[in-house]
Amino acid sequence: MRSIQASLDKFNQAGIRPVAISADSPEISRDLCQKAGYTFAFLSDPKAEAIRRYDLVHAGAGINGQDIARPAEFLLDSSGIVRWLNLTENYWVRARPEEILEAAKALK
Amino acid sequence: MRRFNWSAWAGFLLSVIALVSYPFIFSRWPITRDFPWANLLLFAIAAILLVIGFRRAFAPGPSHPRRSKIAASLLATLSALVLALFVFSTFIMARWLPAAHGAPQVGQKAPDFSLADTNNKPVTLASLLAAPINGHAPKGVLLIFYRGYW
Repeated sequence: MRSIQASLDKFNQAGIRPVAISADSPEISRDLCQKAGYTFAFLSDPKAEAIRRYDLVHAGAGINGQDIARPAEFLLDSSGIVRWLNLTENYWVRARPEEILEAAKALK
Repeated sequence: MRRFNWSAWAGFLLSVIALVSYPFIFSRWPITRDFPWANLLLFAIAAILLVIGFRRAFAPGPSHPRRSKIAASLLATLSALVLALFVFSTFIMARWLPAAHGAPQVGQKAPDFSLADTNNKPVTLASLLAAPINGHAPKGVLLIFYRGYW
């Protein structure tokens, strides 16, 4: 998230809108955005409905045993078609902004 | 005369720092996050300090009582456990992720959704794809699913 925020101007210039999604409540996400200075969209999926639709449920992995999302990134074109995705095998290792922006160059 | 075995204690302390500095410091930057070489380097320095401390405690001579031998052994064992915990949490536990075989693939349409933003207002994927960025229609949307901070 930190690296996405740091590259936000580049994403805006490329016409790409980053959107973060987790099982956290809107309140927790708001606190996070305020503390960390994130200015892009953060959406809440506490019942893991969208997370389930994308088959990204990590069952019972939350701190209270709730279902959370496994990390993943999807780059969609303007018609909502997936053009690039990253399903990391290690939750510490996330996609870097440079590789996402490189993939975004192919979008019209 | 009993001397403080500083290198054994420093080695142990450094191994603890090497463990906790990954989630709290080094995971902030991709270069030290994607492979934790900085933390492994700290563990290597800790190991050298522990070996020095160990040799000092077990050096022949009357100045090293039994107690310092036990302390050095204990610190070395604890440090090894700290290293094991680090390896387990960053290399093994972090890979316990579901495979996500059913995730939308390249060329497929991403499922729509309606989720609350930080102001509790519902936001749909369709609206994210349509709302202009700096006055221009967006070329795309990057969905970043993350584990959250619970």
